[in-house]
Formats: sequence, C-alpha cells, structure tokens
Amino acid sequence: MAKKTPLLEVKDLHVKVEGKNILRGIDLTVKAGEVHAVMGPNGSGKSTLAHVLAGREGYEVTKGGVRFAGSDLLAMAPEERAREGLFLAFQYPVEIPGVSGMNFLKSALNEMRKHRRLPELDAMDFLTLAREKMRLLEIDEKLIQRAVNVGFSGGEKKRNEVFQMAMLEPRLAVLDETDSGLDIDALKIVANGVNSMRSPDRAIILITHYQRLLDYVVPDKVHVLAHGRIAKSGGRKLALELEKKGYGAFGQSAASVAA
Amino acid sequence: MRREHPFSAPYVAQFTRARATLPGRGLPWLSGLRDRAIERFSSLDFPTPKVEEWKFTNLAPLTKTVFGPGPAKAGEDAGDAVQGFLMEETPCHLLVFVDGRYRPRLSAVGDLPAGAEVTTLAAALKARPDMLESHLGGGTAIDEKPFVALNTAFMADGAVLTLEPGVALDRPVHFLYMASAHEAPVVTHPRTLVLAGRGSAATVLESYIGAGSRTYWTNAVTDVVVDEGAALKHYRLQAEGAKAFHIAATEVRLARDSRYESFVLAVGGRLARNEIAASLNGINIDCRLSGAYLARDRQHIDNTTLIDHAQPECHSRQVYKGVLDGKAHAVFQGKIVVRPQAQKTDAHQLNKNLLLSETARVDTKPELEIHADDVKCSHGASVGELDTEALFYLRARGIDAGHARNMLIEAFVGETFEHISSPPMRAHLERMASSWLPSRHQGGAP
Repeated sequence: MAKKTPLLEVKDLHVKVEGKNILRGIDLTVKAGEVHAVMGPNGSGKSTLAHVLAGREGYEVTKGGVRFAGSDLLAMAPEERAREGLFLAFQYPVEIPGVSGMNFLKSALNEMRKHRRLPELDAMDFLTLAREKMRLLEIDEKLIQRAVNVGFSGGEKKRNEVFQMAMLEPRLAVLDETDSGLDIDALKIVANGVNSMRSPDRAIILITHYQRLLDYVVPDKVHVLAHGRIAKSGGRKLALELEKKGYGAFGQSAASVAA
Repeated sequence: MRREHPFSAPYVAQFTRARATLPGRGLPWLSGLRDRAIERFSSLDFPTPKVEEWKFTNLAPLTKTVFGPGPAKAGEDAGDAVQGFLMEETPCHLLVFVDGRYRPRLSAVGDLPAGAEVTTLAAALKARPDMLESHLGGGTAIDEKPFVALNTAFMADGAVLTLEPGVALDRPVHFLYMASAHEAPVVTHPRTLVLAGRGSAATVLESYIGAGSRTYWTNAVTDVVVDEGAALKHYRLQAEGAKAFHIAATEVRLARDSRYESFVLAVGGRLARNEIAASLNGINIDCRLSGAYLARDRQHIDNTTLIDHAQPECHSRQVYKGVLDGKAHAVFQGKIVVRPQAQKTDAHQLNKNLLLSETARVDTKPELEIHADDVKCSHGASVGELDTEALFYLRARGIDAGHARNMLIEAFVGETFEHISSPPMRAHLERMASSWLPSRHQGGAP
C-alpha cells in the first residue's frame, strides 16, 4: 500500500434503513496508525455507520462511497471485508448455540491466514496463541470451549470481541459501543486490550456514547455525529467538552432521540 | 373402500407365482402366515392420504410403478459401494445383504460369545423354525399395517440376532442392506429380527444404502424384543439412492426394567417413511427414540413413532430434528399413548425443524392420548430458519457464507447426536451426516 493512501475514506455517504435516511453525507478519513472516536447520541447513526462498513444486509447506500486501502469496500461481501482486514466489534455479540468458540475462531483465523498466504494453524498452535491473548484480556480459558457467546455475561461478551480482534489482527478495527455496560474493571481490561493493538500499521475507530473509554484509550481525533452527519471534528478536548455540555449543542439531545 | 383396480393386485399376482419358491415352504405355520398376510395387504391396499396415519405422506409416486422381484443372482459389483458405509476402526459383527440376498463374501460375522447368535432369516428358518414362529407372526401389525403384511408375505431373508439371557456383546452388530443398480424396478422385503434375552446387552446398527440412481423399493420390517432388564442400542442409517422408495416399520416390544435406545439418521431416498412402534409392557422401562433427517431437492422423509405406555413407571424420550432444503418435505408424527394403568409415566417428545428454503415444507404432528391421571407428558415442535444475525456474525469474521451456513446447520442438527450413547456409533453416524453438507467437500474455498 502506498503510504499516502488512507486506510479508510468515507465520502458523502448516504444510507437508508427501512426507507428512512439515517446517514446524510458522512465524510471521514482514517489513516494507518490513528485512533478515531466517533461520538454521538442515540439515533445519530453511529451503529449504522459501523454496520454499513462491516457489510450488514438491510442498509441501502443511496449516495457516496467507501474506499478501504484504496479498494471499493461496499462492493465486497462481509467475509471479504473481514479478510481484507476490517473488524467490527459488535455492540450486541450474537449467541450461536452449538458452535464452539474454538471451532469458530480457528475457522475465522485460518480464513484470514489463507487470504494472507500464511500456513493454516493446527489445533495446538491455535491454542497456544489463543491462551496468550486470553491472558491479556483476563478471559477464562474455558470460555472458548463453550458455544459462541452462549451464557456469557455482558462483560464476557465484550471482552470476547476484543479477544477475537487480538486474534485476527485487523488493519482497521471498528468498536461499536464496546464500552457500554462495562464496570470500571472490565473497562480497563478492554482498554488495555485495545491499547495493545495500537500500531503504526493499524487504525481503530471507537464508536461510543460516553467519553469514559477515552480516558483509557486516548484518541487522535474525535468526531461528533448528529442527524447522520459529522457535526464537528476535533482533538481529545472535544470529547471532554461533550462530557460537560452534552450533545444539546448539536441540536440533538440524548433524551429527545432515545427511541 | 376397495379400489376397482387395487394397486395391490400386481403384488398379489406376484405372490401367487412366487408362493411355492419362498423359503420355509415346508412349515405350515409360515405358509398360513404368508397367505393371511397377502390377504390383509390385498384388502388394506396402498393407503391414500385419507388414511389418518398416511395423511401427510402421499404414496401416489410409489403406486405409479409396479416393482418386481429381484433377479435370481445379484450383481458382483457391490463390494466397493459397501465400503464407504462400514464403521471405521470399529470391528463389528457384519452381515451384508445385496438386493435382499445374504452375501457371505462381503460379511464378517466374527467370533461371538456363547449364547449369542448372528445369522440369516433363511438359515434360521431351516435351523430354528420354532423360535421364529412366535416372533414373526405374533403381533397385530400385519392386520393394521399394509406394508408389514406385504413384507410378511414375501420375506425371504434378513438378519437375525439372538442373545441368551445375560449375554453382552462387546462389539456392535452391523446389518447392512444394499440395493445394487438394476434396469428394472425391484422391491425387496428385508426382515430383521433382534431378540435380546433377559439381562442381555447389545448395540445394533441397521444400514439401508443404495448405489446408483435407479428406482427401487425397500420394504423393510424389523422386529425387536427386549426382555426383562436387557439393554439394546439400536441405530439406523437410511441412505438409499436418490430415486429409491423406502418404507420401513420397526416393532419393538419391551419388558420390565429394560432399556431401549434408538437413533435414526435419514438422508436418502426419494420417498422414505420410517415408523417405530414401541410397546412398553412392564414397569420401569426406559425408552429413548431420537433421530435426524436431512433432505433436499424433492425428497420426502417421514418419521412416524408410537410409544405405547401400557404399564406404570416408565420413561420415554423423543428428540427428532430435521434440516430441509430445496422442495423437500418432511413429516414427523409422534404419538404417545398412556393407558389407564400406566401411572407415573414420564413421556417427552420434541421435534425441531430448520428450513433452508422457502419451498421446503414440514408437517409435524404430536399426538398425546392420555388415559391415566398421575403422569408427566410433554411435547414440543418448532419450525425455523437460519439465524441471519448469527450468519452475519460468522461472515463478519471472514467465514464465507456457505461455510457459515454449514456451521449453523451442523450446530442445529449436531445436538441430536448427543443422544447416541455409543461413542463409535456416534462418530460413524456423524460422519454419515456430514457428507450431506455440500460445501464440506469444497474445502471452504472462497
């Protein structure tokens, strides 16, 4: 990749969901090595942005586009995006009864490795790697023997997302409200996991309602999303400002849009 | 009401021609039984969907063809086709039948402990006809079930397992019935008999498989008697050819303190019906029926069960799960009868279905007939589709759509295999089921 090509380029992105305009012209450029925070009240379009990037069905792009490392991201199937190095940490990780976490993650990792022309890992090598990453996120080893996310606590689900990110080593990680519902200890563990992933080759987008996570994962840039547009961009200070003043200044208070 | 031109007529005519050549013709009880059976078949005829038990399984496709008896000599090419269906790494007492005929060269009975016998029906009719008399014609099934009657009229060979009291087999017994490729449509009537004496124990697998894409009909009947305190694990693989008809009835009689565990994996055939009727004739019986059915294209797979709680303090469990693609049609009919004296009965039934296409169809019909008041009975049925959220989650981790679908399908149906308590048998049937999943063979290529 040429150095000057941004990792992610979102241009004038308009998206409809069930006939309603949710994103109304998003512009966002993220370069390798950067951490961006996208903040905004409920209903501002944060999760829609995350889902459109990951390729979820049911989102109609009516205008604009997204380039990922120079390629047309929206033309790719979800699995192609993942193999190209895009990772979405789900706000609501899905429970999959009957599929063991181990089987799931080993399949996923080997898909990535095949795509990167690396040899597939056998069960032993996989476990060695998984143990190392689980220690980092203070995840009980038994968790990946169980069915994916089934019976996990809210915190365990979020940590499991960050664990998967650590295993799959994406080029761009989008964390969709990974901080929500975590107590302070779990938040620190998750932040620690995210910080360990920071690298000059990798970019991270933190989607969050609150600035709390940003005390631990300090972003390079902060964007405020309101009414489906980026209303303001700035540095770390913008998040602190929001904390004081709320989203009211952007014409959309949390209360007024809560569904 | 009798049809003017009954579909049974050609088979009655065939019987008249074959009567003098059927095995055991020197045995008056058997000749009488065959005559009574063909008479019953003639009067019952092929059931229409107006008959309650056949409401969801229309036999019109079966009646369009007149199936004849097999050729005098079966082809010699069956050996290779059989190989893929043998248990890997687990030595078995193996009997192989090709087109209804015993094939010693493909079989391997091996050493059996004293008091255990694995033989063929044809041989047993010569050696121990008295033992067979009480078990082949004893039930009421031939009066009520046309295809049991038809099988009884024509039965020529099949597998027989007998266990004297207290005998336990270490190795599984495998009865494999294979249909070879024929030009003309052929019907066979395999008859299997398992007699487990008091306190005995065994594991039995029946496999029904077909080579090639010819039309044929397997009309199988299995009689099972599990005596006091005996334990039988009885598994069944139905992997008939794509154009085959498979009609099977298993009649199980259980005595007090016995345990019976059944699992049926059905993946083959154009139209298949597997019926199990278990009578719980003593106290403290544990009867477990489970199964998985996987169908696609225009396959029709019917599982019909009857558990008859005739005595108190028995447990029965049923778990059947199906996956249907294309225009496949599955039927599950599960009837539980609890008779007035069968207090403290504990009976549960569950049927779950996963539809992979909008054109697949399921008819699921639980039926509870409870005449006792102190019982625990429950049933549940569900029909659903693949979870799109789960599908997206897997794809978002780089797993391609086909592989992701298969992971979810396997997860859905995999649960039923936990009901197979014999580990090698579970591994074998899981292997047989996994071959149904198409993209398994594509190596997960993008």
